[in-house]
Amino acid sequence: MKILKLCLVLAASVLFIATGAAMAGETLDAVKARGFLKAGVNGDVYGFSMPDEKGVWKGLDVDTARAVAAAVFGDPSKVEFTALTAVQRLPALQSKEIDVLCRNTTQTLTRETTNGLNFCQVNYYDGQGFLVRKKLGVKSAKDLDGAAVCVLPGTTTEMNAADFFRANKLSWKPVVIEQASELNKAFFAGRCDALTSDASQLAAHRSVAPNPDDYVLLPEIISKEPLAPVVRHGDDQWYDIVNWVTMSLIEAEELGITSRNVDKMLESDNPKIKRLLGVTEGMGKALGLKDDCFYNVIKMVGNYGEVFERNVGPDTKLGLQRGLNALWTEGGLMYASPFR
Amino acid sequence: MNPVDTEPGTAATEKVPFWLDAKKRAVLFQAATLCGVGLLGYYLVSNVLTNLERQSIATGWSFLGKEASFEIGESMIPYSAASSYARALAVGALNTLLVAFVGNLITIILGTIIGIARLSSNWLVSKIAAVYIEVMQDIPVLLQLFFWYAIFYETLPSPRQALNPVNGVFLCNRGVMFTVPEAHLAHAYMGAALVLACVAVWAVRRWARKRQDRTGRPFPTFRVSLAMILGFPFLAWWLGGAPTAMDVPELQGFNFKGGLTMSPEFFAVVMGLVLYTAAFVAEVVRAGIQSVSKGQTEAAMSIGLRPTMVLNLVILPQAMRVIIPPLTSQMLNLTKNSSLAVAIGYPDFVSVANTTINQTGQAIEGVALIMTVYLVFSLSTSAFMNWYNKRAALVER
Repeated sequence: MKILKLCLVLAASVLFIATGAAMAGETLDAVKARGFLKAGVNGDVYGFSMPDEKGVWKGLDVDTARAVAAAVFGDPSKVEFTALTAVQRLPALQSKEIDVLCRNTTQTLTRETTNGLNFCQVNYYDGQGFLVRKKLGVKSAKDLDGAAVCVLPGTTTEMNAADFFRANKLSWKPVVIEQASELNKAFFAGRCDALTSDASQLAAHRSVAPNPDDYVLLPEIISKEPLAPVVRHGDDQWYDIVNWVTMSLIEAEELGITSRNVDKMLESDNPKIKRLLGVTEGMGKALGLKDDCFYNVIKMVGNYGEVFERNVGPDTKLGLQRGLNALWTEGGLMYASPFR
Repeated sequence: MNPVDTEPGTAATEKVPFWLDAKKRAVLFQAATLCGVGLLGYYLVSNVLTNLERQSIATGWSFLGKEASFEIGESMIPYSAASSYARALAVGALNTLLVAFVGNLITIILGTIIGIARLSSNWLVSKIAAVYIEVMQDIPVLLQLFFWYAIFYETLPSPRQALNPVNGVFLCNRGVMFTVPEAHLAHAYMGAALVLACVAVWAVRRWARKRQDRTGRPFPTFRVSLAMILGFPFLAWWLGGAPTAMDVPELQGFNFKGGLTMSPEFFAVVMGLVLYTAAFVAEVVRAGIQSVSKGQTEAAMSIGLRPTMVLNLVILPQAMRVIIPPLTSQMLNLTKNSSLAVAIGYPDFVSVANTTINQTGQAIEGVALIMTVYLVFSLSTSAFMNWYNKRAALVER
């Protein structure tokens, strides 16, 4: 079955790669002609991308994809989400099964070069941590010598963990299962001593664990994980659209525009706000969209702060602080380039 | 247009245009098909290459020599994250081979036992076998893998409360740990002695058969063979200094260290595949035995053969002819199904290749490798079984 799937991916890649030569504008045209956006998401991480009990997709990554749909169609619901495993995600994007990958994917040099992908504006700054059982009595990741560690294959996490244990001369045994839900089940049942992943994901997994309070995050953050939406090489216009839509969320927060006050903001005298909302013409058109595209994004999805609070913020099950993901004006890393 | 056309025809025979000549037409069609397939292949390959280059996705095999920088849970050869992708893939291939070998071995033994049990005159035994076959055949093998994996980690205790059923054996949700003899040079001698014993057994059997053909006197081959197979390694062990030191698994920190560990993943993969495939093998064995008519048994008994001889000389040689071909396909099934191991985290070839594909982005090379490796495994299993089949086939005189 696995082989069959891989063969299908291969066949799909051969066919798609063989037939289509990507041109600038090609992706936007295809999306418009289709009438909806195809986005690849995780599907297993609460707060980032997971369907709720009614089957509606919710999460920070989901909202990033919805923002792109809002910019292109003026309708955030025009997205088809595909849940992808870590191993499937890059081939799915390369073979044009999806238009954009919003799946907590870390930007790395290899992925941008040999994998033929482009990473847009980061929508979550993360770092890798370890989740362990409290009763194990472990205080630091450096105490994990000889531990069995559950880890997802095909992730930067897998390689960071290998680097960490190598650098600290510790022995360990990886337990590698491709389906995140299966991996978590194995960890919570005691197959592994520790679960390693991006800290935000660990918080998400813990929140849906049988007894969340039995687990504790170790203090070490062993890597930088800038998670960003990804597009294919070869279509610069589409890259610009996804990149600047993601930035518009941040810019809106910085300018104090929210989904509630955006209509009032249309009358603002601030030239920055006027340009962003399309009152002063030119920004949207430059991307090949309508000038009100960012207005639609903010009206329908909200600014970055709203998206964060709604999905992963302190009032949610995850209860994450803004930390690195605060605006640069508030000591974080979220910084949008000028809309001009 | 066609060279056939311009060939000088002899005056005596009437000249037939080449498109009406069935033989020439067949050649023409075959050549055209071959050209078509070749062109299609060329089109696909060249397109893929140019497009990969345009998207600046890396191609080629140079990634094999690069550092893999991911760890693998279990390995039969020394491996670390600093090893190359080629070595990582070799680890995966060996792991797949191990599952296929152990799995096939146990499957054949278990399948034969159940197949014979299915034919037992004991009502209970025969029904139990029948229920086993029906149930196991009808549950998808992937589910069985998940089931055994879950059983292992859900029911067994953590390492600190490990069960210790027999001295030197520990059972916990990290696997089964066995005490093994400590590494010693004598063990290598023992291995060599075993190989030597096998060769000797083969020679003795050959000689015994020849002698029996010539003189009619039987030779106690079985007892002599057993004595050699057990005796030679024992002698080697004794001559090698009779080492008795044992490597006992010990709880250190989180997990057991030392000894030999069988991981839950390996256990689940082998268990799932064996129980599933054995049901099919049992049916194959049953069909094979039933294919030999009862008259054969009666005839053999009537000329005074003992029951074991009836089985070995009359029934089995004939049943084998029916059993081997479908048995081969079951063995291939098990080998190929072992790729499902990736679902429960056993680092088989597909699992390692998947990770490699993901880290390097070279899906086409990776999938090509996966297909090649499974093709090689399958073809060699099938070649071996065909050879065996030929040996077992009825020699017509």
